[in-house]
Amino acid sequence: MQTKAFQKIYTHIDNITKATVTLNATGVGNDELATVGSRLAQVVKINGEQITLQIFAGTEGIATDSEVVFLSAPPKLNVSDDLAGRFFNAYGEPIEGGNQLDGEPREIGGPTVNPFRRIQPSELIATGIAGIDLNNTIVTGQKIPFFADPDQPYNQVMAMVALRAKADKIILGGMGMSNDDFLFFKNVFENAGALDRIVSFINTTENPPVERLLIPDMALTAAEYFAVDKGEKVLVLLTDMTQYADALAIVANRMDQIPSKDSMPGSLYSDLAKIYEKAVQLPNGGSITLIAVTTLSGGDITHAVPDNTGYITEGQLYLRNDTDTGKVIIDPFRSLSRLKQLVIGKKTREDHPQVMNAAVRLFADAANAKTKLENGFDLTDYDERTLKFGFDYSLELLSIDVNIDIETMLDTAWRLFAKYFTNSEVAIREDIMNKYWPQ
Amino acid sequence: MKTTGQVSGIIANIVVVKADGPVSQNEICYVHMGDVKMMAEVIKVVGDDAYVQVFDSTRGLTTGNKVEFEGHMLEVTLAPGILSRSYDGLQNDLAKMDGLFIERGTRTEPMDFDRQWEFTPIAKPGDTVTGGDWLGEVKEQWIAHKIMVPFTMEGSYTVKSVAEAGSYVITDTVAVVTDRNGKDYEITMVQKWPVKIPIRNYREKPRPYKIMETGVRAIDTFNPLAEGGTGFIPGPFGAGKTVLQHAISKQAEADIIIFVACGERANEVVEVFTEFPELEDPRTGHKLMERTTIICNTSNMPVAAREASVYTGMTIGEYYRAMGLKVLILADSTSRWAQALREMSNRLEELPGQDAFPMDLSSIISSFYARAGLVYLNNGQSGSVTFLGTVSPAGGNLKEPVTESTKKAARCFYALAQSRADSKRYPAIDPVDSYSKYLDYDEIRQYLDERVEKGWTDMVNHAKTLVRRGKEAYDQINILGDDGVPVEYHDRFWKSELIDYVILQQDAFDDIDANCPIERQKYMFKMVLDVCDREFRYDNFEDCSAFFKNLINLFRQMNYSEWKSEKFEQYQNEILTAVDAKEAR
Repeated sequence: MQTKAFQKIYTHIDNITKATVTLNATGVGNDELATVGSRLAQVVKINGEQITLQIFAGTEGIATDSEVVFLSAPPKLNVSDDLAGRFFNAYGEPIEGGNQLDGEPREIGGPTVNPFRRIQPSELIATGIAGIDLNNTIVTGQKIPFFADPDQPYNQVMAMVALRAKADKIILGGMGMSNDDFLFFKNVFENAGALDRIVSFINTTENPPVERLLIPDMALTAAEYFAVDKGEKVLVLLTDMTQYADALAIVANRMDQIPSKDSMPGSLYSDLAKIYEKAVQLPNGGSITLIAVTTLSGGDITHAVPDNTGYITEGQLYLRNDTDTGKVIIDPFRSLSRLKQLVIGKKTREDHPQVMNAAVRLFADAANAKTKLENGFDLTDYDERTLKFGFDYSLELLSIDVNIDIETMLDTAWRLFAKYFTNSEVAIREDIMNKYWPQ
Repeated sequence: MKTTGQVSGIIANIVVVKADGPVSQNEICYVHMGDVKMMAEVIKVVGDDAYVQVFDSTRGLTTGNKVEFEGHMLEVTLAPGILSRSYDGLQNDLAKMDGLFIERGTRTEPMDFDRQWEFTPIAKPGDTVTGGDWLGEVKEQWIAHKIMVPFTMEGSYTVKSVAEAGSYVITDTVAVVTDRNGKDYEITMVQKWPVKIPIRNYREKPRPYKIMETGVRAIDTFNPLAEGGTGFIPGPFGAGKTVLQHAISKQAEADIIIFVACGERANEVVEVFTEFPELEDPRTGHKLMERTTIICNTSNMPVAAREASVYTGMTIGEYYRAMGLKVLILADSTSRWAQALREMSNRLEELPGQDAFPMDLSSIISSFYARAGLVYLNNGQSGSVTFLGTVSPAGGNLKEPVTESTKKAARCFYALAQSRADSKRYPAIDPVDSYSKYLDYDEIRQYLDERVEKGWTDMVNHAKTLVRRGKEAYDQINILGDDGVPVEYHDRFWKSELIDYVILQQDAFDDIDANCPIERQKYMFKMVLDVCDREFRYDNFEDCSAFFKNLINLFRQMNYSEWKSEKFEQYQNEILTAVDAKEAR
């Protein structure tokens, strides 16, 4: 951090809590950074001359006579093309060695894009995973999280999506990530030879939790640099947003705020929206697409974090272990991509919407048949056929290890329809049925 | 002299101001920061300290900065030229803002002050008028935009002169009126009104007696929304609230649509920005955008302005209602507005109510919904504001404060069910839980008797009973097994499925099925009901399900076909043949 001449140094702290200190100072701006001892802190409350600072690394060992220096600026990131291929901490400082980065300093958490200047997203991002491309197609400028239990391989799926998607830059924001997962991402990116288009901002479990709060803004400031200034297609990966929300709750609690649902701060919706809404399709062709992970506790999606997230994001993807096929699949019932309507049947083959819906409906019938079977009821012939269809559909299309293009996905679906069902059972609009039903 | 003050404290977007003079609650002030002036509203006063919520980011603000108080509450500007525009929550025109990003303190004019309008006088010298009375009109798009005596002018005035027909800008004087004491008032086409105060310049507010047709079968047929009525759509995320609202905004039979995007996704508003200028209103042949105004305060825009946005939308709606027009206001989502109230209340350290919402949440919501309604104006004409809001209940649980408070205030309840959304039964309006209290109004029943068919309401209630019985039969089948119940249970279940698939479900993304006019709704509904009222002979339950699956497929093809086209008739004949063959004689 650069210090200027004649900076006033304060050495008298009045109050210390677990995360904040309060002292008397003048001429201090809201949200401004400061150092306390050698730790970075940010102004969170001003009451006359009483300034409350939140110390990111925690207040352990801070003394009432620790030196406090105000830096007259909010947190910034130095942006330049040299960001690519580097790993940074929550303050935007390189980790694992390397030089400090030169570049233009930009305030993180900058202003909002005028909604009137946005462009309607219309470019499909193909991932090769049918659970996504066929059923929940993702487009540039979209924001969508994986809702996953902590034991599910969400980071692996995300890495796979990142590498297959044709993005100019991939920005990884890791919050409360285990060191092992960090190394996993690093290896995968290195092995794929993709490191030169990846920028990472990492806060691991070894770092103080409150520092995490800076990660999304850092990642998105870098993303805006590449998308807005350079017109590039940027894919931002944020994992894990539940850990971010936990950090928000810690800070709110220390600031004596009244908690709302699930001990989360009342502003959780706005706090999360500020991050997710950075996803945008720009008029210059650049875009920011945001894929996040929200871990659930015991699959509970009514918890405040997944619940608020669901209202903000444009859909959500669920991973599920399919016990019949032994595969991890993308759950077709609960997953949803809200922006798929903009591309399916328009940028993809005309039968896409109808095939997608029919397949999911028949898979739902298979689920009902399975319930019947488990409850000891006799199955009808139709039930038997749906069960077989369900198995094949899960294995050949929903499984995350499938990697095929969308036309092949559609052809596969038609083949399965014809194998197990009659025309009227599939119930697709007649003109499409006539054209694509395998003869 | 304006009251001024100095910033003495900052907590997020709440700023404490030491004021040097009188300050009123909800007064607007500007907080200076270098060259930038940020708008703010007084929300609490303690001694000399005014607590103001800033409609912008307070990053970098320091104590000692100057604050100027404006002496009035948050107002909107009302004049010709509101339609087709996209405003933020404070009525800044988003299209006029330069640059990709909305920079702090940006303010743009809500109208064009140099545009000429063709004015035609209505009032004559010597007429007695009061606030809200019509003096003349201009054509805004294809709508007769009335120029009125400002709403603030209560009591009676005599018209002294009215401008001749011709071109004027909105700030030109178009009439002079005189009060009892002989004082003259010059009237222009522009007036201002504080958003939090209802506009009450009308003679009376009767009970609604007509329905607002939306082209959505699950609403018009099953639970109609009244013109001048209120309704709300609660539903968990992914249940299709936004798709449903968009469909209504495209199809509803209203003169003016005000779409308030309140704390929701920006991409959804972009969809409106992109599609509405292209789409045609089938009734008028004009582009949808011409009758639409968008108030857009998306989730990442300042929270305080989110609260203002619903009031801005309502006030503009009331303004057009006073011209004798049918206005439909759609707000997505009112929960975000309630959350904005919660954030404020929390920062003010007020004692919280349930789920940390402010204690007066229920009364705030009620008095807001009460602003909707059908009114008779002073000149005997009628105008209406119909309000339809969405609610985003936390965790999809309808027992949360916003849903419960809204349930007390709104007359129609369109509950979107997760289970329906999961099985892709859209629109996911739950046929059993949802209701329209208007179906109990004698006025509405009479209206439907004339508009649709005599005894229509009874038919609808009959269909609702069939759906309910089908659900009970389905539960029995699930408990006892397909073979464990008489085949009549299957018959009951499948008849309710037929109503569900053909009437309740509708494909919002299909060009033909998306919009179903009331005549077509009646036709299909009667045809389905006729099938439901017949008795059929089945060999076994599989025979029953196969029969109805075939029927459902044919009926759906009918829904997808052009009204009364050859194909339509062909599917209809196939249905009639299948039904006749199966009927028990």
